[in-house]
Amino acid sequence: MFVINCPFCGEREQSEFKAGGEAHIVRPKQPTELSDDEWAEYLFMRKNIKGVQFERWNHAHGCRKWFNMVRDTSNDEIKAVYKMGEKPPIE
Amino acid sequence: MIRLGVNIDHVATLRNARGELHPNPVKAAKYVKKAGAHSVTIHLREDRRHINDFDAKKICSIKKLLVNLEISTNPKIVNIALKIWEGLSQELNYNVMFSQRGVMNLAHNLQDVRDLKRRTHANRLNGIDAVYLNTEQVKKFCPIINTSQDIRYPVLGGTLQRRAGTARHDAVAWGYARGADEMGVDIIQNCEVKGIKRNGDTVEGIETTKGFIKTNKIGVVAAGHSSVIANMAGLRLPLESKPLQALVSEPVKPVIDTVVMSNAVHAYVSQSDKGELVIGAGTDDYISYSQKGSHDIVEGTLNAILELYPIFSRMRMLRQWGGIVDICPDASPIISKTSIKGLYFNCGWGTGGFKATPGSGDLFAHTIANDEPHKLNAAFNINRFVSGDLVDEHGAAAVAH
Ligand SMILES: Cc1cc2nc3c(=O)[nH]c(=O)nc-3n(C[C@H](O)[C@H](O)[C@H](O)COP(=O)(O)OP(=O)(O)OC[C@H]3O[C@@H](n4cnc5c(N)ncnc54)[C@H](O)[C@@H]3O)c2cc1C
Ligand SMILES: [Zn+2]
Repeated sequence: MFVINCPFCGEREQSEFKAGGEAHIVRPKQPTELSDDEWAEYLFMRKNIKGVQFERWNHAHGCRKWFNMVRDTSNDEIKAVYKMGEKPPIE
Repeated sequence: MIRLGVNIDHVATLRNARGELHPNPVKAAKYVKKAGAHSVTIHLREDRRHINDFDAKKICSIKKLLVNLEISTNPKIVNIALKIWEGLSQELNYNVMFSQRGVMNLAHNLQDVRDLKRRTHANRLNGIDAVYLNTEQVKKFCPIINTSQDIRYPVLGGTLQRRAGTARHDAVAWGYARGADEMGVDIIQNCEVKGIKRNGDTVEGIETTKGFIKTNKIGVVAAGHSSVIANMAGLRLPLESKPLQALVSEPVKPVIDTVVMSNAVHAYVSQSDKGELVIGAGTDDYISYSQKGSHDIVEGTLNAILELYPIFSRMRMLRQWGGIVDICPDASPIISKTSIKGLYFNCGWGTGGFKATPGSGDLFAHTIANDEPHKLNAAFNINRFVSGDLVDEHGAAAVAH
């Protein structure tokens, strides 16, 4: 259990949020020009990092807005929270 | 190239509902092919409500048309595993405390009833002797369940597989370890794999905390940490590692002599030989290797447990922990070669890999020894995420996620 600082609402319990998986996966501009391998990479393959991970979250039981988060998945420590479209505050 | 596949199953459903010969699914398959599709999908259901055997035969005989026939593959592996379980204590000469006390899965709403009936049929078609029970039969089989119909999660019925049950997981690991050791396998304890050495598309060995091991074949069975090892080889897997929690109570006298699961409310319970209740919860939805899950998941599970078993209301929990489960998008495991020669993965078992251990082990060994999958695990290759031949069998595999 951890507390998440929603960029729109402030600190709330994690149970109000829904995890949306790895962030910054860019949808290919021309899916029809991709090989099956490239499409599978986009659709299914994940870094699934143990350590600092960039991910998407949704404040499902709150403002219902999506945002990004940097979290250490080995101890659930949140490093940063930032809005969609913003540059990640850490590398 | 993008290929087009069309599901023509419901052409048959419509025909069957009309009780006529029209529309004709075989003709539909031909139309679809003529229009440029590469494959058709048909679902040979156990109740034959859609396509029947005659249609399937005809459609499969259409030249140059790929047919995606939906039938289940997971149960075969699990059934092999069950056969091995039955003789495992004898074979290993080690008591793995395998206890075939039956496993019951409860239905709490109409969709559950449909799903569980379907699973029973899928099981039986695969030669697995499951039965469906109504509410009274559930109560008779496990009297402590609250079957009143005015509760939040009323019991509408359930499935029962009498040969299923429990085993002590430590004992299984110890028994297998001793058996393997006797056969000449070197087991190096407290030795972490830190890197995989590659030469182009071939593996050369592994870096460990105790030094380098040279080898041309590596079988990875690292469950929650599979992606971590894959990353060492520069590979990505279609996995997400999530917390899954369990709790164990103080020991009490025998009160429940079976395993009762409820996927809808994410709770299961059984009693260990020491008398402790063993309670399992569901997974959290976020990736985490922290080995602790969130409190509200446990709370939700216990809410459901207490309503279903009011007799447990004053039980105290002694231990609670979270493990890491590696989940595939189609909820089926991967037992497969990879794009790197000599590197094999057995992973993606998620919340349900214990029961399949012996079967999955045998098939993985076969895959590594022959550098080719056994026909039973051929469908569980990593390439299915490229080809699109997903093994989407939440029902047949009876997994909770
Ligand atoms: C709380 C909980 C309840 C569950 N309940 C059930 C159930 O009721 N029924 C069921 O069928 N399944 C259940 N499961 C799932 C089941 O436990 C797993 O699917 C199964 O244990 C996986 O077996 P495995 O041999 O693939 O991996 P594991 O048994 O997890 O073994 C993987 C091993 O790899 C080692 N490892 C990882 N990284 C490295 C490294 N870098 N170097 C060296 N070693 C490494 C780990 O230390 C570990 O020993 C449950 C899981 C959890 C967490
Ligand atoms: Zn918010």
